[in-house]
Amino acid sequence: MQIYLPIAEVSVNAFLLLGLGGLVGILSGMFGVGGGFLMTPLLFFIGIPPPVAVATEANQIVASSFSGALAHYKRKTVDLQMGLVLLFGGIIGSAFGVQVFAELKAIGQVDLIVRLCYVLFLGVIGTLMFVESARAIGRSRKKTAVRKLHRHNWVHGLPFKMKFRTSGLYISAIPPLAVGMIVGVLAAIMGVGGGFIMVPAMIYIIGMPTKVVIGTSLFQIVFVTAFTTVMHATTNFAVDIVLAVLLFIGGVVGAQVGTRIGVKLPAEQLRILLALLVLGVCGKLAFDLLAQPAELYSIGGGAE
Amino acid sequence: MIPRLFAAMAALFATTVSADEEIIAALSQNRVSITANFDGSEIFVYGAVKRDAPSLEGKPLHAIVTVAGPMEPVLVRRKRNMFGIWVNLDAVEIDLAPSFYAVATSGGSLTDILAETEDLRHKISVERLIRSVGAPPSIMDSQEFTNALIRIRERIGLYSSAPVKIEFQEETLIGTHIALPANLLEGDYTVRLFLVRDGRIVDKEETGIFVRKVGLQRWIFALAHQQPLAYGALCVLLAVFAGWFASVAFRRRV
Repeated sequence: MQIYLPIAEVSVNAFLLLGLGGLVGILSGMFGVGGGFLMTPLLFFIGIPPPVAVATEANQIVASSFSGALAHYKRKTVDLQMGLVLLFGGIIGSAFGVQVFAELKAIGQVDLIVRLCYVLFLGVIGTLMFVESARAIGRSRKKTAVRKLHRHNWVHGLPFKMKFRTSGLYISAIPPLAVGMIVGVLAAIMGVGGGFIMVPAMIYIIGMPTKVVIGTSLFQIVFVTAFTTVMHATTNFAVDIVLAVLLFIGGVVGAQVGTRIGVKLPAEQLRILLALLVLGVCGKLAFDLLAQPAELYSIGGGAE
Repeated sequence: MIPRLFAAMAALFATTVSADEEIIAALSQNRVSITANFDGSEIFVYGAVKRDAPSLEGKPLHAIVTVAGPMEPVLVRRKRNMFGIWVNLDAVEIDLAPSFYAVATSGGSLTDILAETEDLRHKISVERLIRSVGAPPSIMDSQEFTNALIRIRERIGLYSSAPVKIEFQEETLIGTHIALPANLLEGDYTVRLFLVRDGRIVDKEETGIFVRKVGLQRWIFALAHQQPLAYGALCVLLAVFAGWFASVAFRRRV
């Protein structure tokens, strides 16, 4: 069934979109990843103009992260103070990112920059995941060295210290603010939640306890992507509500299916599959940038 | 009486070309609605030739029908290779081009039945209709950009690459079907009918079609552009609702 997307101004097959939403939902349920970094490039591939794909995917992430954030909030595994600092940074980053996005759109380079960002990020993430899971499969079950409870590194020398009670930290507000900003920029330009950057940064740079990391990052993602959606809607008129609703439905159902599959299957092998998938999408995007296009000319923003 | 007198006088001076022939046109519909599942449409353009004297022998009479979407400026970009990557580097703004253009004739290609000067005057072929005057001084081949626009829009079905056939019976009854693709833009479309004899335009008639988004599509588009803040908030609310619904619906089993 063809359905006309009022903002993207293209007709697409509704079942294809539901299927894509479901597929990415299954993957995100299986691996506990947000899925934005897979969904946005897939939307490019089926012909959604990149600005609409990015803005609408930010909207979908609000839906996919909200239920998780709600669950963590009820279990009290959210560090609200830390979340607010991350969120403050995220809003600054997102506002900046959306302006950059609008400028790039005006000079006709938004497609290129978004695609380049994706090639870079997917390449790095895919490679890291591949190496990590290959190692995990090969590794014997020996325990690694016990981590020190309180490591002192350069982060502790920074000014503007704040007390984060839930995380039991007394550190500078600068690192969480900076992490939040980077994630905000990524949300605006790439249409991703940014959990794949924020979670490692919270553990290794900020030093938060693992049990509040996921909840706090989801808390930040919900609000930053919501803010990004509104900014894209008012600045670039690029959020397509019909596309978003189709993705919500597919994503919500897919995530539930994925969670159930994920429990039953061996994690490391799955992770290698995901890594290969990420590298595959990266390769396709890179190929499209490097190969001479059949048509050198494009109309307007380059959607056609 | 008076027009007939003029016609008779004109006929005296140019008997070979003009018998007083008028075209009368009509459309199967003058509205096209773009709905949520709009999959393209088709309009039937028909008409008749009204004449006071029998049709002239010899030079055959031909009909041309054009359907044009709203004329808008279009930015065409060209990629060039920079550091191994294909990047949009050149751009030409084409001043006015129709968002959609279809041509139908009763006699094959336009060049066969229409004099170049008449095409120039009435802007019948898409090459003549598109207006491109200024290109940046750095771009020497601005015609290439116009050609590319035509090529791209032909490929996605917005411009007709070859004229559609007009059924023209007894040099009197005209009828043709013009297909409108699914990727139609809304706006006021212009339908023109021309009668051509010996390369010259004998008469023409113009009428319009209104192409509009309707229902939910129209409402969404208007809201997104007129009240973007409310629209953005609506998108977020829907997302939050979807997320909340998911957590309630699947609570028991997770």
